[in-house]
Amino acid sequence: MNLHEYQAKQLFARYGIPVSQGEVATMPAQAEAAAGRLGGQLWVVKAQVHAGGRGKGGGVKLARSPEEVHAAADAMLGERLVTKQTGSEGLPINQVFVERGSDIERELYLSMLVDRARERIAIIASAAGGMDIEEVAANTPEQIITTFVQPAAGLQAYQARSIGYALGLSNEQVKQFVNFAGKLYRLFTECDAGLLEINPLIVDKAGDLLALDAKINIDDNALFRHAELQAMRDPSQEDEMERSAAEHDLNYVSLDGNIACMVNGAGLAMATMDLIKLHGGEPANFLDVGGGATPDRVAAAFKLILSNTSVEAILVNIFGGIVRCDLIAEGIIQAVREIHVKVPVIVRLEGTNVDKGKALLAESGLAITPADDLTDAALKAVASV
Amino acid sequence: MSILVNKDSKVICQGLTGRQGSFHAEQCIDYGTQIVAGVTPGRGGEQHLDRPVFNTMEEAVEATGADVSVIFVPAPAAADAIIAAADAGLGLVVCITEGVPVQDMVRVKAVLKDYDCRLIGPNCPGIITPGECKIGIMPGFIHQPGRVGVISRSGTLTYEAVYQTTNNGLGQTTCVGIGGDPVRGVNFIDCLELFEQDPATDGIIMVGEIGGTDEEAAARYIADHVTKPVVAYIAGVTAPPGKRMGHAGAIISGGEGTAAAKYAALEEAGVSTVRSPAELGSAMAEQLKA
Repeated sequence: MNLHEYQAKQLFARYGIPVSQGEVATMPAQAEAAAGRLGGQLWVVKAQVHAGGRGKGGGVKLARSPEEVHAAADAMLGERLVTKQTGSEGLPINQVFVERGSDIERELYLSMLVDRARERIAIIASAAGGMDIEEVAANTPEQIITTFVQPAAGLQAYQARSIGYALGLSNEQVKQFVNFAGKLYRLFTECDAGLLEINPLIVDKAGDLLALDAKINIDDNALFRHAELQAMRDPSQEDEMERSAAEHDLNYVSLDGNIACMVNGAGLAMATMDLIKLHGGEPANFLDVGGGATPDRVAAAFKLILSNTSVEAILVNIFGGIVRCDLIAEGIIQAVREIHVKVPVIVRLEGTNVDKGKALLAESGLAITPADDLTDAALKAVASV
Repeated sequence: MSILVNKDSKVICQGLTGRQGSFHAEQCIDYGTQIVAGVTPGRGGEQHLDRPVFNTMEEAVEATGADVSVIFVPAPAAADAIIAAADAGLGLVVCITEGVPVQDMVRVKAVLKDYDCRLIGPNCPGIITPGECKIGIMPGFIHQPGRVGVISRSGTLTYEAVYQTTNNGLGQTTCVGIGGDPVRGVNFIDCLELFEQDPATDGIIMVGEIGGTDEEAAARYIADHVTKPVVAYIAGVTAPPGKRMGHAGAIISGGEGTAAAKYAALEEAGVSTVRSPAELGSAMAEQLKA
């Protein structure tokens, strides 16, 4: 689950991590009033969307008067922001964050993440802040400083000092950085973050460190112990179909093709997409109905699939292990009848009671095409569109 | 022969009295697995599925001499259950539970370094040595004792590989579902090492998927250490970057973890790769005929 910048900065502030002063606004007048309260001569108006690349997409505007803040907020609110991370439809801007302009001396990069290969929390830092970090890593890997933290010990001061000196900070700033990184690590672990990124982390003209941006992703698996963070979820930033799938305990990801799939198990679901492509078709989605695959879930899955109007055929691929194929066949028949599925449905069943399942499908009188195996199923699905 | 588990394995089920634990433990017992006890805090002294239930792992291990545990507890309690099993002296812990927070697993993996204990999972179907011992949620009847070792990050995709090798008569020595989480217990390399040493295993099927770089690491290991034929399939060629495909660990991020990169690394290591999971069994048969 992603947090908005303003939510992340609220968390930072709670942990005593220095952030730029700002307020969130949902109306242009609120934004203007916020600028007045914040004071100063320069403000930044930032679109609150769950995507990076906001600056280049026009989602970050400088304003030199409260009136300009009003105008910038007015131009963003209610619109959709397209960045290189959002796809062509972009994401809705329902809030803007108005913050005081900062006098920037240096721009640094700092992030924390769970490194899969090392099985440790990793801290990534770079003196090349304010830029696309993946490009920095690809072109000038020597500018990336990576540090791993032993979980029982936590982040040690010497590690933070080493990062600080490698970033070219002064002795005084290194002290600040040790404090800053320590608090950030505490936030990362206490909030079960999966990724936390500050780009840029600035040194201002007074020589102080300040988080100018803040991105936090929380581990979905850990939300059960973070009710407060869960309340920060913004469904408007999520794909509508993926959200509705999640409500039915289905795992769904939209793709661009016309052959929908319904599969039990994530690995087999991916493999089914790959098979469709391998045999010349284009998959419309990833959909894992889970181990249960009960009639209700199968029906919910059919409804979900068919809400995508590009779908011209449905490939159902179920390996019935613990779940019996005849039960799954009943679910499919019930769903196809109830929802009046009009596109071809190709069904491949394998596993427990497979013959009984196939017989039920054949006797149903519905336009369901049985398939003998994985390849046969993919070929029949591709041929049907 | 087999790896990690066999007919002599004595298994404690953590979470035996729960709905999932009861259902799957019963299936394991029917398969012939020696499930010797259950552990559910607060239910000590009861009998469940004709097995004694204990409050703590120490008591259960002391009373039964078990050497393996299988975990069906809910995700919030999984890390605790894994460490409890290791601390009770068990050599193998199989965690079926899905949805364990990744930072819990970071801490668990650090703690396990203090113990002589292997963890399989979490978020996995478990491990089976056909005809001897099934510890997990896989359908037992599709397996058949035989010559092929199977290692997989996915559940149902493992069943495909198993079913094909059963149907073509090769059978399996042991099948290990290593799980779909980003931080997990035994990995491809651990299992490759064990299958390489196992005299009954003639060939190895590896089923990977997008996300992380474990398949690439396995490829390097195979090039240097594995003499037996390896057939590999990677799921997720068509998966878009930045999207989590069901499993917590199945995500291409920052250009890392693509199926293309994994296939390239495996092919460079001399592994026989297939683009369709339907060809895993026939490719293995081809390798073993040569």
